[in-house]
Amino acid sequence: MSDGKRKQPARRGASAAASSETVRRKTPARRRTEAEAQARPAGLGIGSETRGKVLVTGAAGALAQHVIALLREHYDVVGVEFRGVQAEYPDTVDYVVDFNTRPFEDVFREHGFMAIIHLGRIRFTQSTRNRRYSANVVGTARLLRLALKYGVEQVIALSTYHVYGADARNPSLIDEEYPMRAANLMREVVDAVELENLFNIHLYKHPELNISILRPCNIAGPGINNEISRMLSQPVAPCLFGFSPLMQFIHVEDMARAVVRSFERNHPGVYNVAPDDYVAYQDALQQAGCRRLFLPSVPPALARRAVRALGRYAPPDYLIDFFKYAVIIDGSLFARTFDFEPEHSLTELLSHYRGLK
Amino acid sequence: MRTRQFLKPRTVSREVDEIVDALPKHNIGSQGYDPWGLNPDTAKITFTAVRWLYEHYFRVRAHGLENVAGSGRLLIVGNHSGQLPMDGVMVSFAVANKAEDARLPRSMIERWFPSVPFLGNWMNSVGGVIGDPKNCAKMLEREEAIVVFPEGIRGSGKPYRLRYQLQRFGHGFMHLAMEHGTPIVPVGVVGCEETMPSLVDIKPLARMLGMPYFPLAPLVPLPARVFLNFGRPMHFANDARNEQDVEWRVEEVKDAIRDLIDTGIAQRKSIF
Repeated sequence: MSDGKRKQPARRGASAAASSETVRRKTPARRRTEAEAQARPAGLGIGSETRGKVLVTGAAGALAQHVIALLREHYDVVGVEFRGVQAEYPDTVDYVVDFNTRPFEDVFREHGFMAIIHLGRIRFTQSTRNRRYSANVVGTARLLRLALKYGVEQVIALSTYHVYGADARNPSLIDEEYPMRAANLMREVVDAVELENLFNIHLYKHPELNISILRPCNIAGPGINNEISRMLSQPVAPCLFGFSPLMQFIHVEDMARAVVRSFERNHPGVYNVAPDDYVAYQDALQQAGCRRLFLPSVPPALARRAVRALGRYAPPDYLIDFFKYAVIIDGSLFARTFDFEPEHSLTELLSHYRGLK
Repeated sequence: MRTRQFLKPRTVSREVDEIVDALPKHNIGSQGYDPWGLNPDTAKITFTAVRWLYEHYFRVRAHGLENVAGSGRLLIVGNHSGQLPMDGVMVSFAVANKAEDARLPRSMIERWFPSVPFLGNWMNSVGGVIGDPKNCAKMLEREEAIVVFPEGIRGSGKPYRLRYQLQRFGHGFMHLAMEHGTPIVPVGVVGCEETMPSLVDIKPLARMLGMPYFPLAPLVPLPARVFLNFGRPMHFANDARNEQDVEWRVEEVKDAIRDLIDTGIAQRKSIF
């Protein structure tokens, strides 16, 4: 990142209540009144070169960077990041702000967003359960309140297939109507289910928000740092003795295309996003050039203990069932509705990880 | 994957290779798996053993295989027996081994199988699928053939004194057939009752081990001759007014299976 693009020092909020909260921003934004923002979104006027202004959350993430790159061709994009404090953020981040703080509203005041693409979520391995709940659920509730207040016309929300929960009794090709059993099966994943419920309530209560919820399978590829991607990147990856669940993977570039397409075509609803291609976990590890480290699978308590002992070299123990039982989702509704087909094959995706070894 | 690569050239004969290669694989993805976990390479290794059981151990005689269409959605509904799901394996192999229009019907397995190390993955990779209505519906939408035993464990776990007496049928298969416009091919299985005759179900032991039943039976299946009789496809319109209508239709299928069982018993000259 060049010096010219480095973030400005923290700006003080106007009100006393917000005085201790900060919005760090890279470029000074023009101050607009709430009425102005609602009346005429920026970039929609005659002579405008773009179709509107879009807020992308989680802008420092690999997926968001791809999404923003695709969007920038036709839209003004404002990237917001709320996750932690890191030394440097990529160019896609315009603001670093906690959704639960008052200065976050300033971002809405200053830009008249026509749409929000909500990709920012603290993953299961990051932070504590309470912190995740606060950021993911309470923060998103605030985001939606602001979206309503400032007349945002469309919201795309990134969820996860983890909401279905991993269980031996799961059918294959789980469709969108299937219960989100994770809330019952694994307490640690409850924030993901709550987040979905929040969007679902708004989907029906506020149809003017045009909410689309995307539940992708495992996202993988360059830059992705989720649990499964970490396993595939390691030279030695753990697997449970006697279990090799079927999995689905989508390349980060394909997922970015899916997000942008759902935004551009605007068919509100809940959609699984997954290719119609499958691979067993242990096969995936071998194709990715990983050596398998077999962990005891029974009794389950021993398996959890073994996973905990490996620390960051293994998935968190509460996600262990996803490495034991298949959770195969049916992405056909999304494929039909948005005329979407992934461009990257599974072989290509796994070859990427093999190339890292 | 490496185990498969090691075993396949050492165990699979050319005939079994050709049988599996000839099967339709429209749902198999680029990595050799379909959404329910079927893997043709594992199926080949397993079929090598199944073929020996089918031809030399149980000496299966299958009649009416022409009634099983080579494509399109289909439910193959039969009587369940023999403690172990040998009847499902034999029915599936008979259809996969047809001279013309062969296909691999999927068998429903108990919901607790996937929680058993190795067994769950292995059963999925040779065509077993947990008996869930959503699974069946998705498979029918993808034009698969499914072997269903509506008696469930009531049939497979029954004692020998109840042999060839159909137990209560669940109605789920009929609802699926009606809702998805799927023909039902009835099949009468004769011989599997004698492969593992059970004197009694030791229920306390079954409860303790978390198993659906624990039979007092031979430790390995006995080499009884098996006769499979496939009946003509039965079609049911989706116009049932109530569950009583559905029950009558289920009784129609049960009657057809009873006739096919009687045919098989008549064909059988000796049990072993």
